[in-house]
Amino acid sequence: MKNNSVRNVVAIGIGAALFFVLGRFVAIPSGIPNTNISLQYAILGMLAAMYGPVAGALIGFIGHTLIDLSWGGSPWWSWVIASTFVGAIVGLVAKRLNISEGEFGKSQIILFNVANVVANAVAWIIIAPVLDILIYAEPANKVFAQGAMAAVANILTACIIGTLLLLAYTKTIAKKGSLDQE
Amino acid sequence: MAAKTVLNYIERKSFVHDLTGVTKLAFFLLFTFASMLTYDTRVLLGLLIISCLAFRFSHIKFKEVRFMMVFMLVFLLMNNIFIYLFNPDQGTAVYGTRHVLFHFIWRYDVTAEQLFYMFNVSLKYFVSLPIAILFISATNPSEFAASLNRIGVSYRVRYSVSIALRYIPDIQRGYHNISQAQQARGVELGKKVKLWTRLKNVVTILMPLILSSLARIDVISNAMELRGFGKDKKKHTWYMARPQKRNDWLVIGFGVLLLALSAVITFWDGDRFFNPFM
Repeated sequence: MKNNSVRNVVAIGIGAALFFVLGRFVAIPSGIPNTNISLQYAILGMLAAMYGPVAGALIGFIGHTLIDLSWGGSPWWSWVIASTFVGAIVGLVAKRLNISEGEFGKSQIILFNVANVVANAVAWIIIAPVLDILIYAEPANKVFAQGAMAAVANILTACIIGTLLLLAYTKTIAKKGSLDQE
Repeated sequence: MAAKTVLNYIERKSFVHDLTGVTKLAFFLLFTFASMLTYDTRVLLGLLIISCLAFRFSHIKFKEVRFMMVFMLVFLLMNNIFIYLFNPDQGTAVYGTRHVLFHFIWRYDVTAEQLFYMFNVSLKYFVSLPIAILFISATNPSEFAASLNRIGVSYRVRYSVSIALRYIPDIQRGYHNISQAQQARGVELGKKVKLWTRLKNVVTILMPLILSSLARIDVISNAMELRGFGKDKKKHTWYMARPQKRNDWLVIGFGVLLLALSAVITFWDGDRFFNPFM
């Protein structure tokens, strides 16, 4: 792939726009009352895995900040930072996944899922609640309960939908050496 | 409609609208940091007065931004209920005393400290609401991206923000079209189908959206490359950027002063909380 830096700038912009649209306007009921599937974390995981940690972090940061602003409050920085962290951590495995080559076999699926589980677990069970306590002095058990709920929901979305999306996407790419001589 | 759906920009002639995007962004950030830092009721009330005054200066009518207010109030109410359910004694933990007003059920006493604490939490969220709404409704989205320039954000990131703001309406429309088309084909996302089928249906809608977005990334980045994006970092200018005027510097100075003052008043007695119970 040529000139990655321009492509990354654009990918961050379009990725943040996707994150925003899915997080702000799309609500898919999860079956549990008042809880929707946050599709944006599937997209965040997928784009981070394709474009790397810097792109992932900025997609999470810009997208989440815009969502909070559009609801009319000031951004809830503790959760914005957690989203940023998810993008950065999942992005760390981008080099080893090499999705633009159309490879997404068993070992890559496992790597992608492990990255998503670790990133989301740390972000929502540790980073977001601890910052909530530091900034807003909220009761510890409340923010940890909220964080755990968010972690479970986001891990499930990111892993299931993210994997399905990447599987479908990599099928559309012609793999190296996929042409046979007859 | 374009970017209006995102940031709800309302055009008006007013003192606040005349300030540059840089000023509004800087003041907004300084103000939110001041309100995040402090838990002192006196400081919070002072900040609230300032942010309501600023709202009046903007000539934006309350009914134009009512939905944001209502959303925030519902959110605050829910948050308070959760705080109380999870920890009815957080107020005592914060203020160190316990004045029971009356008993509810089981471990749920209503204490003066808890009420005061929840009042402060709500105040803390509410204080920055008028300023945030102002920032959103009085800043032209194109100028917003241009203003990131001045506060030292790298120009690549700024450009990403511009692209995001520019393409949100397009992607929103794309999503809408795809989901209507798929629903016409019988792809159901509602509660009628099982969760697993719903997830698979989500993928059938997201896939075209993502493929078209990735194609878009290619088209835009090729166009930018052809125009030599990133070749000259110094001469990048913004169509919507405006020069800073006297009022802009005054407002930024005022923001810095506010942050400093609230930090001083808050930490004067070595405690982040204002404690009327001691």
